[in-house]
Amino acid sequence: MKITREEVQKVANLARLQLSENEIERMTEQLDTILSYVEKLDKVDTEGVPVTTHTQQVVNAFREDVVKPSLDRDAVLSNAPEDNGESFTVPRIIS
Amino acid sequence: MEYYSLTLCEALRLLESGETTSVALTQSVLSRIESVEGTVKAYLNIDEDRAIQQAERADDLRRQEKGGPLCGIPLAVKDVLCTTDFPTTCGSRILEHFTPPYNATVIDKLQKAGAVIIGKLSMDEFAMGSTNENCAFTIPENPWREGYVAGGSSGGSAAAVAADECFAALGSDTGGSVRQPASLCGVVGMKPTYGRVSRYGLVAFASSLDQVGPLTKDVRDCALMMNVISGYDELDSTSINTSVPDYTLALEKGLQGMRIGIPKEYFGDGLHSEVEAVIRKGIAMLEEMGAEVKEVTLPHTEYCVAAYYLIAPAEASSNLARYDGVRYSVRDTDAESLLDMYKQSRSQGFGDEVKRRILIGTYALSAGYYDAYYKKASQVRTLIKQDFEKVFQECDLIVSPVTPGPAWPLGEKSDDPLAMYLSDILTLSANLAGIPGLSVPCGFTSSGLPVGMQMQAAHFNEEVLLKAAYNLEQQVGIVNQKPVIGDAK
Repeated sequence: MKITREEVQKVANLARLQLSENEIERMTEQLDTILSYVEKLDKVDTEGVPVTTHTQQVVNAFREDVVKPSLDRDAVLSNAPEDNGESFTVPRIIS
Repeated sequence: MEYYSLTLCEALRLLESGETTSVALTQSVLSRIESVEGTVKAYLNIDEDRAIQQAERADDLRRQEKGGPLCGIPLAVKDVLCTTDFPTTCGSRILEHFTPPYNATVIDKLQKAGAVIIGKLSMDEFAMGSTNENCAFTIPENPWREGYVAGGSSGGSAAAVAADECFAALGSDTGGSVRQPASLCGVVGMKPTYGRVSRYGLVAFASSLDQVGPLTKDVRDCALMMNVISGYDELDSTSINTSVPDYTLALEKGLQGMRIGIPKEYFGDGLHSEVEAVIRKGIAMLEEMGAEVKEVTLPHTEYCVAAYYLIAPAEASSNLARYDGVRYSVRDTDAESLLDMYKQSRSQGFGDEVKRRILIGTYALSAGYYDAYYKKASQVRTLIKQDFEKVFQECDLIVSPVTPGPAWPLGEKSDDPLAMYLSDILTLSANLAGIPGLSVPCGFTSSGLPVGMQMQAAHFNEEVLLKAAYNLEQQVGIVNQKPVIGDAK
């Protein structure tokens, strides 16, 4: 096995997903198949090969530090599941 | 001839000559949708009243000679592009009620060009899938055969164009999501060079791979759409500041002396024999038109699925962290703690494939596994990119199939994620290398399913693709063949 039930549970927690017993079972099996498949990359000699994270040679994109209009607060809050008219609200964090 | 069956450029000519109006074109398309959408199911959202209003405005602008290059043309866009006029769901329950406060740059460009945006098109949830079966809402069917997949993830875009439910559409391509459905539905689909088209307002899946691209009825329409959507955008720092040519000028140049490479790895085991026959015939046509054809090698092709299905999920796991039930998206209101609220909202909002990719990506990036998975895949990506650079030293164009087989029945691969991933083998590398790719209809299988030819070129050589595709399209001569859908005339 490339990955265990416990590892799937741990990764799900890191990814803030809550999986049912059934889902853990199925995901463990499917992830195991996929991780076994990607193991074929081990056959490639990558000694000294640089990584590619972007395909274009773009460095930093700077702009002048000037204030520009941003989105209207009401527009930004309009999709919030809960808000108080000024900010997003979430369940109490500090008891 | 009904208006809806015209190409975009044919419809434009009728508008320019005053033979028709945008309102008439829009009504024709809306009535076409009315008669076939029950079978095709390409749309997630249509706003008829707004479409007619936009068409009336376009007709006014044209009378005042103020219309842009798409003035009055009814189009539709994949539901992954932010629109203030429509909800933008990405095919996901988690964004079911989300209406963005801004437009994607490409939407602004379409509107500035005068297009009438009639609706939003179905897609696999967050563009993750190869059949559109991962959409949480409606799943399109292939206009050429009921019960068959339209492809994915831009399945709605390809199906709508093939079924004449819009004159052209926009999709997005992270690993073949424009080219593959275009091939399976018999339309033209282009993935531009990474950085050619702004990603601002394209809901992110894998940021180093995503590109917006057009799906159209023919190659000329594709060139015109590219003219409108291409170009640098200061809101996307990965868009590239180089000039945009008039792509339509590239079309009618001949193929004399064009050097075409046929990668032997793309014609290996698992390639459907009828697909191969159609593509070989297309290659012979290109050769007859004066192109020089030779076999080339892309030796790391067999590793592209493995590299892609680590890199794309890794980027996705990070991008999709934003759906936490706080600023937008569905929230589980029963949760008592913040952590439970995150977990329950995400678990209820995301579908299986999205969860699977978030898990793979999180695992590949996690402590102890980063070097073995993500870093290794990113090094192999370099080798894949170098394979292409070597071939493009001696070739202008790489030609191959788009998919190993034609469209398949809905449900056939939906329980086997790896089998589904492997069907993407011929399209993933263009995204890993950042190069442009295109699918152009090349023929049909004996049972009448469309087969597209994939063309790939070096960075920013979209004109080479369009020229070759246009010449092939003229020679193949199937642009006017249309699917017969349901009971529609």
